Amino acid sequence: MVNREPIPDQEIGGPAAPAPNGATPPEEEVKAIYFASQWKLIWWKFRKHRLAIIAGPILIVLYLSALFADFISPTLPATRFTDYKGAPPQPIRFYSAETGLRGPFIYEIKRETDPKTFRRYYVADQSVRYPVSLFVRGEPYKLLGLFPTDIHLFGGEGPLLLLGSDVLGRDLFTRILYGSRISLSVGLVGVALTFALGMLLGGISGYLGGLVDTLIQRLIDLLVCMPTAPLWMALAAALPRNWPTLRMYIGIVIITSVIGWGGLARVVRGKLLSVRELDFCMAARLAGASDLHIIARHLLPSMSSYIIVSLTLSIPRTILGETSLSFLGLGLQAPVVSWGVLLRDAQDLAAIGLHPWLLLPALWIVVTVLMYNFLGDGLRDAADPYK
Amino acid sequence: MLSYIGRRVAQIIPLLVGLSLIIFIVIQLPPGDYVTMYIQRLEAAGGKVSEYEIANLRRLYNLDRPFYQQYFIWIRNIVLKGDFGRSLQWERPVSELIGERLLLTMVVSICTLIFTYTVSIIIGIYSATHQYTAGDYFFSFLAFIGISVPGFLLALVIMYLVFVNTGVAVTGLFSEQFVRAPWSWPKVVDGLKHIWLPIVVIGLSGTASLTRTMRGLLLDELQQAYVITARAKGVAETKLLFKYPVRLAINPMISTLGWLLPTIVSGESLVAIVLNMPTTGPLLLQSLLAQDMFLAGGFLLMTSTLTVIGTLLSDILLAWLDPRIRFGGVSEH
Repeated sequence: MVNREPIPDQEIGGPAAPAPNGATPPEEEVKAIYFASQWKLIWWKFRKHRLAIIAGPILIVLYLSALFADFISPTLPATRFTDYKGAPPQPIRFYSAETGLRGPFIYEIKRETDPKTFRRYYVADQSVRYPVSLFVRGEPYKLLGLFPTDIHLFGGEGPLLLLGSDVLGRDLFTRILYGSRISLSVGLVGVALTFALGMLLGGISGYLGGLVDTLIQRLIDLLVCMPTAPLWMALAAALPRNWPTLRMYIGIVIITSVIGWGGLARVVRGKLLSVRELDFCMAARLAGASDLHIIARHLLPSMSSYIIVSLTLSIPRTILGETSLSFLGLGLQAPVVSWGVLLRDAQDLAAIGLHPWLLLPALWIVVTVLMYNFLGDGLRDAADPYK
Repeated sequence: MLSYIGRRVAQIIPLLVGLSLIIFIVIQLPPGDYVTMYIQRLEAAGGKVSEYEIANLRRLYNLDRPFYQQYFIWIRNIVLKGDFGRSLQWERPVSELIGERLLLTMVVSICTLIFTYTVSIIIGIYSATHQYTAGDYFFSFLAFIGISVPGFLLALVIMYLVFVNTGVAVTGLFSEQFVRAPWSWPKVVDGLKHIWLPIVVIGLSGTASLTRTMRGLLLDELQQAYVITARAKGVAETKLLFKYPVRLAINPMISTLGWLLPTIVSGESLVAIVLNMPTTGPLLLQSLLAQDMFLAGGFLLMTSTLTVIGTLLSDILLAWLDPRIRFGGVSEH
């Protein structure tokens, strides 16, 4: 896409640009721009993209919360609070009329049934209070899969359901955190596969040329002009239902990557063809460098920034692929927790009408995709620091 | 112009062959075939099938032949007789089942396309002429949200919000009394009243990214020397804007149809499932879950073929608008 705006000269990043407060940078910093490496220039330019700068830390927080999901969440994803089925989100309170300001606590909730509609709802019982505290002992788990422990970041007695519970009484907050393990990692694994396929086929296409090039290019044409969702659905439907989770997970990743490598392969081929003709490649060849050496030392570094951008933007695509397939029931199946599987509970109007908080996993999906898009946009602007 | 059209049409024929081959392979992927499914159904209903009958059925459906022959029979029947095979689940010819749904999918997709272009060109012009103003930032922010929120999630959220505030369930494409009614003028009007939601939901992400594209293209164009010259000569701003820069910026926008159309059709199938619309999406999902492979194959083949044809039409449109392309003067940009 050609949506990069031209940037006025004074906006080129780096210390040479005037600081926002209007102070002129010192002499040495102006000089620094002439000696800065390409990566430094990219970083200076990237730094100016405010949204991208915000996106990085938020993504790190999301991934850390996936890594330490068992520590952060107050319970386990499969634990059922049978007294609190379909309970709404419970706010943690710091104030009550009787006791005034005090430590964090939650009220007991009681299920009641509407005599007319038979609809169940919960009311807070203000006479019973459960304190919430940090680093409490709860259900045992293995931190990072290695260290057995039972300490959770926060917890307490009673219905500690930060984001409510599902119809079986499982804590939604816990399930979202555990779900992020699958949903967030799908993006990274998928990107590794897209990267391998795109580099390999794009590289072969650009390097060999001729018939192979034509064939690969036509294949990409074919993949680009097909609507992806129906194809994803058809491929996912071909995966046997009874496959173990890990194999299913890999299957889904392969499906989303097999269709997504075309874009990267095109970029790689295009860059390869244009860079190959540049003077420095000719110089290297004249100096007696081998093809492999030229590819590894000159061609790849010259397009690394483009590759990074393209890959960053393909991560959210893979995440959405897994989410929508699982949501449709064609991807990962119920005992496994992923954001798509969680959203499956919120599929029809009857479900969301009664339990609107079941839509909350969508918030995590949107934030993740949005942050990756910000990051990708910032990287795209920064990818060509000389512009 | 004619020779250009001829060249492009000749180019898509191998594309369509490749497409049908891939789809045929995909629908053959699940373990078992049409007859094993059929037998399973009969046995589930308490029937008994002898070996002899199985062999007969296999011969009837040409399943005893090698893969490439099956493909040729499948594609020959489609091309020559319009026969897509029979749906196992519905026990009706596939062509009967997909006809109306395909038409509705096309209507929704084309409306979405028109919506996408109209809105994104208008907002793109506004954003480019008001660069770095509050309005521009607002639309940029909106565009990022639009790109990041997948249509099916948006459909869920809007469905919920409308339901909570008005008590109306905005699913389907027609009011209850029209769902099974034959086509009539009131039914069309009723459909038009419902169609806005899927159009906005499906069109949002495409509109968002096209707005960014239009903004970038117009900004590039507005910096050209001829614009400065015209302004220096005292041409009125509105005339200056619409006479050349906007027209030049719109041309590359049309070439985005190549990826926009598949995106819309793809988004449509997901949104249609959530909103339970009488289009191809929900039935495709059903047929995939039931491994009703001829039906699934028919849907996949027709939606992809129509998308390819749509892309071809956009190329022809572009060539008609921009003579540089039909004479091969510039490469596609």
